[in-house]
Amino acid sequence: MATFLGINLFGLFGQLLVGLINGSFYALLSLGLAIIFGLLKIINFAQGAMYMLGAFAAWLALQYLGINYWAALIVVPLAVGAIGILMERYLLRPIANEDHLYSLLLTFGVALILQGLFTHMFGSSGMPYNIPEELKGGSRLPFMYLPNYRAWIIIASLVVCVSTWYMIEKTKLGAYLRAGTENPQLMQAFGINVPLIVTLTFGFGVGLAGFAGVMAAPVYSVSPEMGSNMLIVVFAIVVIGGMGSIGGAILTGLGMGVVEGLTKYFYPEASTTIIFLVMVIVLLTKPAGLFGKEA
Amino acid sequence: MQLNKSMIALVVLGLLAPLALYPVFLMKVLCFALFACAFNLLLGFVGLLSFGHAVFLGTGGYITGYLMSTTGLTPEISILAGTLCAAALGAVYGKLAVKREGIYFAMVTLALAQLMFFVYLQAPFTGGEDGLQGVPRGELFGFIDLSDNMNMYYFVFAIFLFGFWLVNRTIHSPFGQILKAIRENEPRAISLGYNVNDYKWAAFVISAALAGMAGSTKTLVFQLASLNDVHWHMSGEVVLMTLLGGMGTIFGPIVGAASVVGIQNYLSGGELGNYIHIIMGLIFVVCVLAFRNGIVGEFHKLLKKNF
Repeated sequence: MATFLGINLFGLFGQLLVGLINGSFYALLSLGLAIIFGLLKIINFAQGAMYMLGAFAAWLALQYLGINYWAALIVVPLAVGAIGILMERYLLRPIANEDHLYSLLLTFGVALILQGLFTHMFGSSGMPYNIPEELKGGSRLPFMYLPNYRAWIIIASLVVCVSTWYMIEKTKLGAYLRAGTENPQLMQAFGINVPLIVTLTFGFGVGLAGFAGVMAAPVYSVSPEMGSNMLIVVFAIVVIGGMGSIGGAILTGLGMGVVEGLTKYFYPEASTTIIFLVMVIVLLTKPAGLFGKEA
Repeated sequence: MQLNKSMIALVVLGLLAPLALYPVFLMKVLCFALFACAFNLLLGFVGLLSFGHAVFLGTGGYITGYLMSTTGLTPEISILAGTLCAAALGAVYGKLAVKREGIYFAMVTLALAQLMFFVYLQAPFTGGEDGLQGVPRGELFGFIDLSDNMNMYYFVFAIFLFGFWLVNRTIHSPFGQILKAIRENEPRAISLGYNVNDYKWAAFVISAALAGMAGSTKTLVFQLASLNDVHWHMSGEVVLMTLLGGMGTIFGPIVGAASVVGIQNYLSGGELGNYIHIIMGLIFVVCVLAFRNGIVGEFHKLLKKNF
């Protein structure tokens, strides 16, 4: 067994890999939350439910429609995004002018309904989803065994995160989005359809959660509770990073995944609480968050 | 004057209720009503949405349950200890949470509550997944046997009245006026020289203490302290009770708690038991879309319009 300074490298790298994978999901989910927050100024409590919905949709599509993983990776985020668009248009927009508290409570209600619905239909035990044929197997690296699917998760989510960042920071469409974040009234005065942008943004943010759900289906078991547990951790990550920057959301997500992985190796008892503890430290030292702007 | 009449009606109703309804059901309503009143002090009167209030309910419950099971302390001392522990946790969590506002406040409180959830899951004294079962109710002041449901009921009712009185006393005190000023216009309160975060923190501690008292009492009633009481579902439930009853109203949380507990009891007996979370979610959505003032709020509006 390879050891270095008394550290079992196989174990350490193994946990680092798990951390990076969790971090990929944290990054995708907090990215979606940050994009939605930018324009709508609300936190989508249903983001976890949408992630769960994405995983279930992939499972159902394979089970009953014969839609394979690769097709699901395209179709499911679109479908989940469409549900998000309907939710924004018919539930959130009517109360957009009320206190943001109400929108928050509404998304929480939607999360309860979705989770309840799936628990009722499928029970709370997990459903297995097989890794696609093309990504089975793995490669042997100096200190660890790297399964192909796990490498794929990290690469694919990085690609999606970076393209989203590029789209928002560097393209014309992204410029609309940033302008809408700064001053929606002025943008409306320039003749840009702000409500449409808001709706599409919400759909996109929710679609990212759906995408994360499909990616997660083969590694975590597909269960109704997979979203809510994940979401609370993601909330802590959002507080740690602050929602000021898109890049910050991605980096904090990945970084916290790694921190969690390292904790699992060095002090497993604290692995479930470490991210919350980091949040406490950040609140004490830099309340606006690592990448947040002072309000 | 109006309030005094309503208070007298509430006391009479509470004293007579066990003649008509099952006392354990009533005690459950009273515990949750106290929990919701404590929560409403923050949401309705300071405008702070805590999404992790279950942690205080659960902490009170665990401490009381542990003391009653392992020591010979009397129930009133155990409840006091549970309340104080919840207040202490509230003092720490409040300090952290008031550093952020609005949506962040909700996320911070939720995350902090989840932190304690995992601590209680692993801590040796909580019984983990099983919780603390068969907690003895003990004898109040050493001579009133609380295993009798009627004795227990009137004890719970007294605790509830004390908590309810304290919340009202807080709201109508000069301190409460400042809280309302913070809710209405925080920058203005700051410009008037009030240290807003200290006021928010004080309100948070009072609210946490009363939530802990509700949890301690609930543990004695059901002789059980479990992870359910610390779970985020429970935090969501108290939000729903307050919203449904009418946030920012005096009697709203009581009406809301009675409604939600009533609905749950009704559903869990029948075939619809499986739908309980879906129905709770639907009530949330309907309340937010069409019914933001809650039952008591709408009732007040109706009174104003017609009389």
